[in-house]
Amino acid sequence: MTSPSTAAERATFSWRARQYIQKLRHGDEVAHLITLLAAASIIVVTVMLVYQLYINSALPRHKFGFEFFAGRTWDPVGEQFGALPFIYGTVVSSALALLIAVPLGVGAAIFLSELAPPRISNYLTFVIELLAAVPSVIYGLLGIFVLVPILRKVVEPFLKQTLGFLPLFKGPIYGVSMLAGGLVLAIMIVPFIISVSREVLMAVPVEQREAALGLGATKWESTWQVVVPFARVGIMASIFLALARALGETMAVTMVIGNNPTINSSLFAPAYSIAAVIANEFTEATGDMHLQALIELGLVLFLLTILLNGLARLVIVATTQKGAAPG
Amino acid sequence: MKLNISITRIALGAVIVALGVGAFVETPSAAPAPSALLLNATGATFPYIIYSKWFTEYNRLHPDIQINYNSLGSGAGIRQLQAGTVDFGASDAPMTDDQLHQAKVPALHFPTVMGAVVPTYSIEGVSQELNFTGQVLADIFLGKITKWNDPALANLNKGVKLPDADIVVVHRSDGSGTSFVWTDYLSKVSKEWETKVGRNASVNWPVGLGGKGSEGVTGLVKQTPGAIGYVELTYAIQNKLLYGRVKNSAGVFQKADLPAVTAAAASEAKKIPADFRVSITDASGKGAYPICTFTYMLIPAKIDDPAKKKALKDFLHWMLTDGQNDAEGLDYARLPKEVVARELKAIEQIN
Repeated sequence: MTSPSTAAERATFSWRARQYIQKLRHGDEVAHLITLLAAASIIVVTVMLVYQLYINSALPRHKFGFEFFAGRTWDPVGEQFGALPFIYGTVVSSALALLIAVPLGVGAAIFLSELAPPRISNYLTFVIELLAAVPSVIYGLLGIFVLVPILRKVVEPFLKQTLGFLPLFKGPIYGVSMLAGGLVLAIMIVPFIISVSREVLMAVPVEQREAALGLGATKWESTWQVVVPFARVGIMASIFLALARALGETMAVTMVIGNNPTINSSLFAPAYSIAAVIANEFTEATGDMHLQALIELGLVLFLLTILLNGLARLVIVATTQKGAAPG
Repeated sequence: MKLNISITRIALGAVIVALGVGAFVETPSAAPAPSALLLNATGATFPYIIYSKWFTEYNRLHPDIQINYNSLGSGAGIRQLQAGTVDFGASDAPMTDDQLHQAKVPALHFPTVMGAVVPTYSIEGVSQELNFTGQVLADIFLGKITKWNDPALANLNKGVKLPDADIVVVHRSDGSGTSFVWTDYLSKVSKEWETKVGRNASVNWPVGLGGKGSEGVTGLVKQTPGAIGYVELTYAIQNKLLYGRVKNSAGVFQKADLPAVTAAAASEAKKIPADFRVSITDASGKGAYPICTFTYMLIPAKIDDPAKKKALKDFLHWMLTDGQNDAEGLDYARLPKEVVARELKAIEQIN
């Protein structure tokens, strides 16, 4: 005689097996497995990338240690390598780009999703998405032949005259500068911000708007106080995407930033970014120390991206809580 | 109806498969001779134009030999040769002793053509070719001479009215053989440059703006009033840039042109060591332009595959004789005959 417990177990087992087969037939398990593999592959690639960067930068890591982050000299002949001017150039040019691109991009997205007639909105969006597909070398050329001369002849002299008392706008004017780098980056990332932010704003349920209007809000009040806060997380995501692009942009930046690894408070002074120096010096780097220092710069850029993304996420968490409990 | 559709599909499928197989069967006979010998090379970008012309032309003369050249830069050329992942490499600067030691097989240097680097500038109201000395160029690039009307410059250019304008130095930001030659020359003529900056494809520039590539430097120089930069002679000729004369060690202000470059190597021919690893900047000959360089093919001294060895030796022989005639049409300076004669003998070292 079989004990009841075993019978029950058997029943459960066969029930489970049947359910598993059922799931398999409906594709749940298969889909789970495939998507898991897809997600895992990204992590594997990332881990391998960091591992390779780490392994292949052993020489400068041992020679300079943490001094690498603080050093200001980049001398391939004397084999003295410090990353600080490049970190500074990368962070400041990206920050400058966000400072210009975020108000512009979010403003345009609000217009396109809330205020513009649908037809115009669709046409404009199409054009903006085309802009996002333009290769960065084109932006660079545009920068060097159009933007830089305008900066040198008009914008920078004007800023120097009016705001020259600020350290930001002091010193000789060359045209190619931190300011030019930030501006070109801003032009490049605006389409990302507009495109994604517009999608997010359009996804806000109509009921939200109707409720606000029903309570007597004007069109602008409903947009600014209801729709935009509702879409806040998505808009932040578009800014992340833009920031990531700005941090890693190489070609357009190197063409206008002046490529001089100095730390200067003036936006008129030339600067240099991490991605730009790697692209510039990698092909002709023959010394092991030089080559590995460039690889270590790649590692620094990776860490910088993680750090800035983490900070941005903190900002989101903070602002979302505020948004969740409106006064 | 249903049956019909599936029959059509099957028929269509069969046709597609047949076409596919047919294509596969056809391909080998359509492609170049199946026994074609493929040589892979990686290296400098400066000689890319003449190399690709040579390799195409040689393939036309000898359809059984095909040479693939990947112009990833001198650094990549040296590294891939060291690792043995290419049949030969190419570099603007000769390999250092350390680099030679790290290679799996000893490497031989074969100069192929010559290039030169010239100072180019834009000064409002000045359209003449200016005279420079090595010392003055070094002082400008060190940031010690900062005005165009500095006495040091004015003394060299008596008939020219130089303005009281700031000098804006422009250099290459990308690592480059051009920068190597430029800094090598400045190191030879200025002790201060040698100790403070030194010679390399990328250096720690004391002053100035960095432009990416020759086009970046030219763009900055043309746009920025008072700018001075340096570009390859080839690039300056093709883009009709204004460039200055440089005083050679015989005391002559020499304008760079292709014969003056060849003359520089000819005047140094006796000093060129057996392995051809030499810098020929600051050459002593009367008609020699002082900022010149060889560019090299880096050939393994030992090649196991006899077919490849023969192909490479034959190609080098052709490149040093008939191939040299292509140089000037493409604005590269040809090798002087003294050097060619020695290289032809050096081919025997490959075995």
